[in-house]
Amino acid sequence: MGLHILNSIYCNLLIFQLVPLATTIYNSFFENYRSGLTQIGPNFVGLQNYGTIISNGDLPTYFINTMIMWLMGFIPQILLSLLLGAWFTDPSLRLKCQTFFKTVIYLPNLIMASAFAMLFFTLFSDSGPINSMLMQMGVFKSAYQFMSHVWTVRTLVATMNCLMWFGNTTILLMAGMLGIDPSLFEAAQVDGATSTQIFYKITLPLLRPILIFVMITSLIGGLQMFDVPQILTNGTGDPMRSSMTLIMYLNKHLFSKNYGLAGALSVFLFVITGILSLIVFKFTNSDKVK
Amino acid sequence: MKRRIVSLLALTTMTATMFAGCGGAASNDAEPATDTAATETEATEAAAELPADTGKVLNIQCWNDEFQSRLKAHYPGYEEVDATHGKIGDVDVVWTITPSTDNAYQNNLDEALLAQESAAADDKVDLFLVEADYALKYVDTDYAMALSDLGITDADLADQYKYTQSIVTDSNGKLKGSSWQACSAGLIYNREAAKEVLGTDDPDEVQAAVADWGKYNETAAKVAEAGYTMCSAYDTFRVYSNNVSGKWVQDNKVVIDKNIDKWIDDSKELVDAKAEDTDDLWGDDWAKGKNPEGKVFCYFGPAWFFNFCLNADDPASIAGQGGWGYCVGPQSYYWGGTWICAATGTDNANLVKDIILKMTTDKGILKDIAQQDADCVNSKTVLSELAADDSGNLDLLGGQNPYKQLAEGAEKVDLSNISAYDQGCNEELQKAIKNYFQGNATKEEALDMFKKAVVEKYPELTAE
Repeated sequence: MGLHILNSIYCNLLIFQLVPLATTIYNSFFENYRSGLTQIGPNFVGLQNYGTIISNGDLPTYFINTMIMWLMGFIPQILLSLLLGAWFTDPSLRLKCQTFFKTVIYLPNLIMASAFAMLFFTLFSDSGPINSMLMQMGVFKSAYQFMSHVWTVRTLVATMNCLMWFGNTTILLMAGMLGIDPSLFEAAQVDGATSTQIFYKITLPLLRPILIFVMITSLIGGLQMFDVPQILTNGTGDPMRSSMTLIMYLNKHLFSKNYGLAGALSVFLFVITGILSLIVFKFTNSDKVK
Repeated sequence: MKRRIVSLLALTTMTATMFAGCGGAASNDAEPATDTAATETEATEAAAELPADTGKVLNIQCWNDEFQSRLKAHYPGYEEVDATHGKIGDVDVVWTITPSTDNAYQNNLDEALLAQESAAADDKVDLFLVEADYALKYVDTDYAMALSDLGITDADLADQYKYTQSIVTDSNGKLKGSSWQACSAGLIYNREAAKEVLGTDDPDEVQAAVADWGKYNETAAKVAEAGYTMCSAYDTFRVYSNNVSGKWVQDNKVVIDKNIDKWIDDSKELVDAKAEDTDDLWGDDWAKGKNPEGKVFCYFGPAWFFNFCLNADDPASIAGQGGWGYCVGPQSYYWGGTWICAATGTDNANLVKDIILKMTTDKGILKDIAQQDADCVNSKTVLSELAADDSGNLDLLGGQNPYKQLAEGAEKVDLSNISAYDQGCNEELQKAIKNYFQGNATKEEALDMFKKAVVEKYPELTAE
């Protein structure tokens, strides 16, 4: 029976992970797209698609955009989650309505990302509520165009990602913190350690495995950032594609069903994700490696 | 996520229609064969050159229920069964409605037409609708039938406006579609604002103030001084893009026409002078001018625009107070419209021919459509009749009868320079150039961005 369950997992992996991965790599060697109703290809072109992607120089730009927006969201998110996690798991604080607040901070994650993005788009439009509020308060004389400035768009994307995911991260970190042996905290308290010392000397080091997990999953999620900026900027990644992420760029090639170029781009993404995950893993795990 | 929902919807509709098709066919098979044979012979006698209809199911591909409601209201013998099914005589009509959003309609139609040859008889597309912006993508292939092959003659179509035919004429000069609408469009101005700025709200005098782009820009400057916004730069785009001197794509290379270039320069100047804004069409910011406090001087649009898009039901809106006027504007252009195409491989050719003839050339039906549905119809005779009497007077235009201007505009629209790439090029240009209007890029940078986007969309093209 146990083996059968394993079998089904392997079948799943094979059908939904390995086969698509292999066909993506296979597709990347072909010229294969549709012009109107005419199918062009598939013609074998070797590494030409890879050459096109390297030579047009867009990949680094969109990679940097993606990383900037991920970091802008991730750094406040992890700080917020650590703080909330530490508070929630600290019995000496005697927080009331814990379950209620744990549910509330998780709620934004339940909203569809696209709906959330549309909500923000409406809130921050030129004649939207935020602008009229700011104008009534006298901050701006005329409407501030949030969607036509590089850093406001990026900040909005980062804010949305942060809001959507900090609840999830908090719960993960809390699980990690609750897994730490309480006698360690008690021993530290008896020795006269302050709560700051306890946090930095006990909680953080023992939380490392969970932190690595959170960082890697968030990094992969960040690299795949798509729906929020796509909906917020109507697919353009404007201003001047400064908020276009790698996956939005990939999506651009699917209009003409350009499987060749999109395949090559996906292979690049696969490699980038692998390298970055390795770096994070090595970096945060460096003590153990020694 | 949105894309996923749309494709899911498309999938469900497709599957639903597939099953519906099977059901219909099965019940028809059970009927005595003599009945269908009899109707087939009648049809064959009527049009000797077409093979008899053998199809039990008429499959129609479209993106909303507009054509369905026209067919229901005006095509003799059409009975509605439910939202996506109908009946004409013995034939089951099956509607596959896929919304245009995110290109879903075209994606779905592409797959259906590419599978046309191998599809079962009851699943073959018989009739599909297209919009002008991408008409050539379908018309310039063998997937659409020439109207002459259906036995529709030039004489049948003589009363139609020329531009409605050039949109659906393929590269060999064959006409492959027909429309019941002639959506010539013009400038819809705010009468209050016109009185304030120009001292008059008479359509002819306002027309004189916006008769060409030079005068339009002068008027825009005055409008800005009076505290109004002329319109969005994107409102005027179609006016310029309809009057280009060459196609978007020549020898597989993207060419920016001088009239498009003029749009960029004119608009940039007006945007910098705060005479025009850069609101995207259909957005909330853009729509604010439909009410007096929005302080917008004009919109650009055809009959369907002022009939359906200006919130005439709302007494607080300008339309509700009869405060709009209509004139032709700086250059004639058109906006919108639906063309009916017959799909190659249809097994209901006679019925398809009859639908096209009745819905797009029958003057009685066209006049009904104009009066009941407020469509601006594709018939010179009917439009001149409407222009001549008071039945065309519209409350939301302060009692003005716009049919004279609409008919005049439709005569002047010239669309000899459309290409299959128009939709993609127009969309991407407007998106990219917004960066220039808003000061985030120079004109060259914005145009480079446009070229990049077009080549991503159409890998076979070059832009440099």
